[in-house]
Amino acid sequence: MMLNKVCFRTLHLKNSWLLSTYESIGGYSVLRSIIKEKVAPEKIIEEIKLSGLRGRGGAGFPTGLKWSFFPRNSSGQKYVVCNSDEGEPGTFKDRDILLYNPHQLIEGMIIAAYTLGATVGYNYVRGEFDEPIFRIESAINEAISAGYLGNNILGSNFNFNLYNSHGAGAYICGEETGLIESLEGKKGQPRYKPPFPANYGVYGRPTNINNTETYATVPVILEKGGKWHLEIGKPNNGGCKIFSVSGHVNKPGNYEIPLGTPFSDLLNLSGGVKNGKKISAVIPGGSSSPILPADIMMNLTMDYDSISKAGSMLGSGAVIVIDSDMCKVRLLARITHFYAEESCGQCTPCREGTPWMANIMHRLLHGHGEISDIDLLNSIAANIMGNTICALGDAAAMPVQGFIKYYRNDLELYINNKKLNKK
Amino acid sequence: MRFDNLQFEKNVDENLLSNDCINKINFWLKKFPFDKRRSVIIPALRIVQDFNNGFLTIKLMDAIAKFLDIPNMYVYEVATFYSMYELKRVGKYKLSLCTNISCLLNGSDEIVSHLKNKLNVDFNEITKDGKFSLKEVECLAACGGAPVMQIGNKYYENLTIDKIDKILDNLE
Repeated sequence: MMLNKVCFRTLHLKNSWLLSTYESIGGYSVLRSIIKEKVAPEKIIEEIKLSGLRGRGGAGFPTGLKWSFFPRNSSGQKYVVCNSDEGEPGTFKDRDILLYNPHQLIEGMIIAAYTLGATVGYNYVRGEFDEPIFRIESAINEAISAGYLGNNILGSNFNFNLYNSHGAGAYICGEETGLIESLEGKKGQPRYKPPFPANYGVYGRPTNINNTETYATVPVILEKGGKWHLEIGKPNNGGCKIFSVSGHVNKPGNYEIPLGTPFSDLLNLSGGVKNGKKISAVIPGGSSSPILPADIMMNLTMDYDSISKAGSMLGSGAVIVIDSDMCKVRLLARITHFYAEESCGQCTPCREGTPWMANIMHRLLHGHGEISDIDLLNSIAANIMGNTICALGDAAAMPVQGFIKYYRNDLELYINNKKLNKK
Repeated sequence: MRFDNLQFEKNVDENLLSNDCINKINFWLKKFPFDKRRSVIIPALRIVQDFNNGFLTIKLMDAIAKFLDIPNMYVYEVATFYSMYELKRVGKYKLSLCTNISCLLNGSDEIVSHLKNKLNVDFNEITKDGKFSLKEVECLAACGGAPVMQIGNKYYENLTIDKIDKILDNLE
């Protein structure tokens, strides 16, 4: 199987994060040839479109299309921003890119800046990432010394300055407009869209935001061609994707494999279920994606369309494997607690609804639940869904609805058992 | 407002910010356009908090606002929104424990109760000697090494009770 060939292509090398290592596998050669041959931005965008690359942060929006909307010929300051605010529970792939292959991200961002006519870029790294930001900061300094960043890059008249920015602990800043607010030094409360960041982003200027993994994929696509990338995956699901496998597996970790790989292969890669137990369910794309029972999951392939047809989301590629001993009530209680903690407080349905769901789950967990609570949870979730500025509301509602859809019996049994025990 | 010690001082002592702090803040100022100094609030609060034994005070926030020449409220807004800022005293070592899904599946409950017993504190409390405080945090994006804990700049992964005992013993 094709493993670790795109964003993780330096992973097997010693000191994979150094410029010399990255150059030894052909790093920055794409940037060199773009600048030498003065490749037209349209051509780069066409290639990315052809590749079928979809946003790796969770939404899966086609990157080529996003770039083609960007007002790259408008005058004035434009920005490219990288979203390294990895916070979706279960996801830990961007951290490894920052730690082990930072130059590929930098090269991707330089190419994006060249294509979109931006001269300044920010890489927004989540606050807890002190070790990763240290790595990417050194990598940027190396790239500046080598003439890949700064003014007159590689002797051309193209200027691009890239800076790291550091968050301070807020899941909501992974939402692109929340991130922009945070970059401007404010509370990370998302903005209404439209206007989209492409027209009104950082400091009100046109801004292109992509995920770390998305940028890091760009140099490889341009080196090997969009067609190569497209043909790796399934139609409409081009390329490789990093899956962060965690939970009850023997070898948790990041696995970069072609989209469309059967889930059972990914489970084998990660060593199977821990302690010889049986797999009971999988959260396929981070805590925001609805849980799927194992019998459904075992027949799915890991790509955007297959997972969404089954009623969940591929999201950021965070695969959480759950064994049959785990109490589903406890799990759902923890997930609802997370969204109650992280709601930014801007929209009423989410601000009020997320703690309400968390409180119900808390009392249910401690034996004070009623069967009617299940429908109450469903109705709160339905009232949050689609009624908030950003997707955090939906992200809080979807796992609740997913659990109730597949595990209503478990919830009812739990409530009744607790009641019996009290009598 | 979550402040317990809310007090507004007219004359802020700028000396509150040491030269080291100011040098570090100046490094961040270079990254943003001059008229967008507000962007520096987030790193500036981190820098000042690190110098002030891990927590912030109103006076320090006011000093940052004065140094950046921006309204105090801009700084308060940020300090009260983000989870990594501490508005109350913390231990010399702040143990930030993740209890989110992947950590929960890998036994974070056990780690939590062990630490609470060992240190005789609950979340958001400090040990009597002031050495440790416990904090429950959300996903630290290191789920492959769950359960995970952050102390200072460092992540500690694949925690077990033995491992935690060793880590704490090695902290002076």
